[in-house]
Amino acid sequence: MNSPPVQYMQKSRAYYAAQGYEKPYRWANFETVPFAPLVKPLSQATVTLITTAMPVQDNRQGPKQVCSGSMHNPPQQLFNDDLFWDKDATHTDDLDSYFPIHHLQALTQSSRIGRLASQFHCAPTDYSQRRTLEADAPEILRRCREDKVDVALLVPL
Amino acid sequence: MCHQTVSLVARTLEEDGISTVILGSGRDIVEYCGVARFLFTDFPLGNPCGKPWDQSMQRQIVELGLTLLEEACEARTILETPFLWSDDSSWKDDYMKVDAAKLDRLKQMGEQRKSLQRQAKQTGVARSE
Repeated sequence: MNSPPVQYMQKSRAYYAAQGYEKPYRWANFETVPFAPLVKPLSQATVTLITTAMPVQDNRQGPKQVCSGSMHNPPQQLFNDDLFWDKDATHTDDLDSYFPIHHLQALTQSSRIGRLASQFHCAPTDYSQRRTLEADAPEILRRCREDKVDVALLVPL
Repeated sequence: MCHQTVSLVARTLEEDGISTVILGSGRDIVEYCGVARFLFTDFPLGNPCGKPWDQSMQRQIVELGLTLLEEACEARTILETPFLWSDDSSWKDDYMKVDAAKLDRLKQMGEQRKSLQRQAKQTGVARSE
């Protein structure tokens, strides 16, 4: 029997309070949730991947921006060292453990999914929900539309 | 922050008619935000698509994500994968643990972080995880 899932919001509240941040972060919360039904069989759908890792090492020369890369010729690794994944319990040496591009490629071969979009997308993580909602998410949507995407698999670290 | 970010992106795509599924391990964050479809795997953050090098598990998780896309008929549909990270669940307590032995170190980290945040604001590198 598995133990209850980790309460990350609670944990991060205590963690940052111990670092001297008095005002707790207000996590995004919505009463209503949009839902887009699948409009065609997956075997005819164009599929993309959206990750929070980045294609190149963040050199801190400027703020992170939405990035995209080729689904057909993906990088061997993505940069994620700056993200808050559990570096004591696991590792990210295997790309497909957090960005299952090779499995999706195989699924197009077997016709389980129609085709891969030309590009995957990298969403910059940001405490500012406004920046994500007003800048990054619309930019990812624009790129998905350009690519005629029907379905997105989102894979946060 | 990764799980909140993709939840917000998923909401934007769904509003415009693109079907989404999130494959992740931060259940409370995604549920609290509210998304269309979420496939939860109770693993440490970092491997939302299966254990490293376990291709069979990874294939099954992706397939469950696709099934969720096909079968969900309303928002906030959550499916949990059957996989267990380890018989030892101590990783759940250890992550971001705050205890007396760490308090001085955490306070120091907070001061460093605030200083970096001030510098970032001045130089325009304002984003942070």
